[in-house]
Amino acid sequence: MTDIPTLTFDPADTCLNVEQLSVSYDGKAALREVSLTVPRHRVTAFIGPSGCGKSTLLRSFNRMNDLIRGVEVTGHIQLFGEDILAPEVDVTVLRRRIGMVFQQPNPFPMSVFDNVAYGLRLQGLSDQRALEREVEWALRSAALWDEVKDRLEASALTLSGGQQQRLVIARAIAIRPEVLLLDEPASALDPISTLKIEELIGQLAEAYSIIVVTHNMQQAARVSDYTAFLYLGELVEFSATDDLFTRPQARQTEDYITGRYG
Amino acid sequence: MKTPSGWRSGDGALWLSTGAVTLTLLLTVTLLVLLGRVGFGHFWPEPLATFTFDPATGQPPVVAARREHSTFALAEGGMEARTLLRTGNRDTAPPDFRWVADASLRSARFDPAAIELERRSWGPALGLLAPPEAPAADRAALAARQWARLEGALTLPPQARSGTLTLYGADGSARPLPLAEVVRAWRPNAMNLQDKLSLYFSRIGAFISEPPREANTEGGIFPALFGTVLMVMLMTVVVTPVGVVAALYLHEYAPQGPLTQMLRIAVNNLAGVPSIVYGVFGLGFFVYLVGGSLDRAFFADTLPAPTFGTPGLLWASLTLALLTLPVMIVATEEGLSRIPRQLREASLALGATRFETIRHIILPQALPAVLTGVILAVARGAGEVAPLMLVGVVKLAPELPLDGTFPFLHLDRQFMHLGFHIYDLAFQSPNVEAARPLVYASALLLVLMIVLLNLGAVLLRAYLRGRHRDPLG
Ligand SMILES: Nc1ncnc2c1ncn2[C@@H]1O[C@H](COP(=O)(O)OP(=O)(O)O)[C@@H](O)[C@H]1O
Ligand SMILES: [Mg+2]
Repeated sequence: MTDIPTLTFDPADTCLNVEQLSVSYDGKAALREVSLTVPRHRVTAFIGPSGCGKSTLLRSFNRMNDLIRGVEVTGHIQLFGEDILAPEVDVTVLRRRIGMVFQQPNPFPMSVFDNVAYGLRLQGLSDQRALEREVEWALRSAALWDEVKDRLEASALTLSGGQQQRLVIARAIAIRPEVLLLDEPASALDPISTLKIEELIGQLAEAYSIIVVTHNMQQAARVSDYTAFLYLGELVEFSATDDLFTRPQARQTEDYITGRYG
Repeated sequence: MKTPSGWRSGDGALWLSTGAVTLTLLLTVTLLVLLGRVGFGHFWPEPLATFTFDPATGQPPVVAARREHSTFALAEGGMEARTLLRTGNRDTAPPDFRWVADASLRSARFDPAAIELERRSWGPALGLLAPPEAPAADRAALAARQWARLEGALTLPPQARSGTLTLYGADGSARPLPLAEVVRAWRPNAMNLQDKLSLYFSRIGAFISEPPREANTEGGIFPALFGTVLMVMLMTVVVTPVGVVAALYLHEYAPQGPLTQMLRIAVNNLAGVPSIVYGVFGLGFFVYLVGGSLDRAFFADTLPAPTFGTPGLLWASLTLALLTLPVMIVATEEGLSRIPRQLREASLALGATRFETIRHIILPQALPAVLTGVILAVARGAGEVAPLMLVGVVKLAPELPLDGTFPFLHLDRQFMHLGFHIYDLAFQSPNVEAARPLVYASALLLVLMIVLLNLGAVLLRAYLRGRHRDPLG
């Protein structure tokens, strides 16, 4: 494992820089010395069989792993040059800069409006006009405005699964993060909703650095500019998406994309 | 394929569970019907008859109401049927309840001039408004005159009434009855259904809204009802925040190790401690230690007369809050554990702190469970009597704990409680027969009060649950 085919970017174009990151749960390693750089304003996909550590890697970026008891993290992660694993980092500030969308749509049991306004209110925005403006902007950005503009006060739980997931994306981007982490955002959705989410990812890439975890290789191929393949907690290959799917360098990558396991 | 038969079919389990539910329902209904019939039947105007007896017994005739009928085994063998007569007039012709042998009864005549009077003292007076032997026309005129005078007097406050009413006995004896003594009067034999109904409800209303008289055997139970409600409310105000915060600590903050588990087991075990033990603890800790210290610190000039160092409303509420705390904690924690992890993560991932997540997401979601805790706590707390006898409940409190004088809510006052009132009526009453219906009526009111308090919480919970219910699931 000496010559991992990997990519580096110019510091100005680097969003996240991961060095020698290892994560273990209760002593059981989930990630082993992963190093990679994630480019700015591009879509990066993490693929790999289930249990290979994709979510663990993603959750290291906004330190959601901190919440799990018995987790141990070593290595370095820099967000635009700043170390984010340092103990003195304020995770609430970090999580405002790095938004996250989970596999299962998880809107709050509140109105559509209050869901999107939640993060804004946490930051102290209370002016109703400003809130309305920001909520509309976020819902438009998440391509949901036209579907919910007449039912902003309805419970978010009355939306369909696909709408809920876009609502959750709107909620995440309402606080204007720099990075958006999407952990299998479409795996619980039907094909049409999936397509909408994929389109949305393409649009959002203009303003955000996006990392999307997926176990669906076609999806990775469709939406991402770069793709990292993880296997058993290690980064096997990281290259431009076209290269990875057409000319895989590592044997394991080739086996995986040709469907020999996973 | 053969359908499963016998026990495996599940029919047995179905029957068992249906049977258990039916039995529970039946018992509940029986309880309510019994309490209601005996307790609230008491307020219905009973017909009054003039009973005459076999001359051989030497018993004079008497105006009375039939209360009960029963058959007794005689000491010399054989059975005898007897009737319990309520004769009232505890002051002039005691006793006010007497068993008479049916064989000795000669006649029972329902005289329209018969009257029952509720008095300020000595319980009800029963009698006739006109002498029994006079000519019918004279009797009717006299009875009407007396009744009109009585009705006129009853519109005035007692101190403004003067004069007396002449009450005749079945034996023709006459005695004066001061009008100022009368609380309420009715002629049951001359009333139609509508009159009876309106009297019935006005008596029930008085029972609920008036203070007791005559060592609690007459009058109403308002102070006890009021004291119970006030104490339960104070208890709820204390136990809810404390229970919620404790549950939040156990579930959201405490590291989930063996220590927390032990803490949890300890809390659960507290729920099993006999309530009288809480009473003893409340007396020793709240009344003597905390109350005594308060007195020494702030009310030193009135010592040795205690202010807070004596049983009172505050200590009773705190003791019951302590007693119901485990229920509250367990119910709240149960609710907290049902909140999906995804909601917490969603909030935290948006940059919320743990406290903000609890405040905006967890607590609103846990509110129905908190209300379940309140319901259970109220049901438990309102029904307790034993610990309260040690920490603040009295048989007769001269003043309500809430009134118009500063500071309005008198936490140091002793108070009356329905549960204790029932106990007192049933066991300490000087007049068992007179108190018996009141025991049932008070018990029914206690049950109704708890039902009402719970209904409020249940409706609130249903409303909170319904607000963001997913219509599809
Ligand atoms: N909270 C956790 N506690 C213990 N082990 C975990 C936890 N989360 C993940 N793991 C383990 O870490 C490994 C990687 O998991 P994960 O990052 O979720 O994989 P993926 O998202 O690629 O399916 C798996 O072996 C999984 O069992
Ligand atoms: Mg995963």
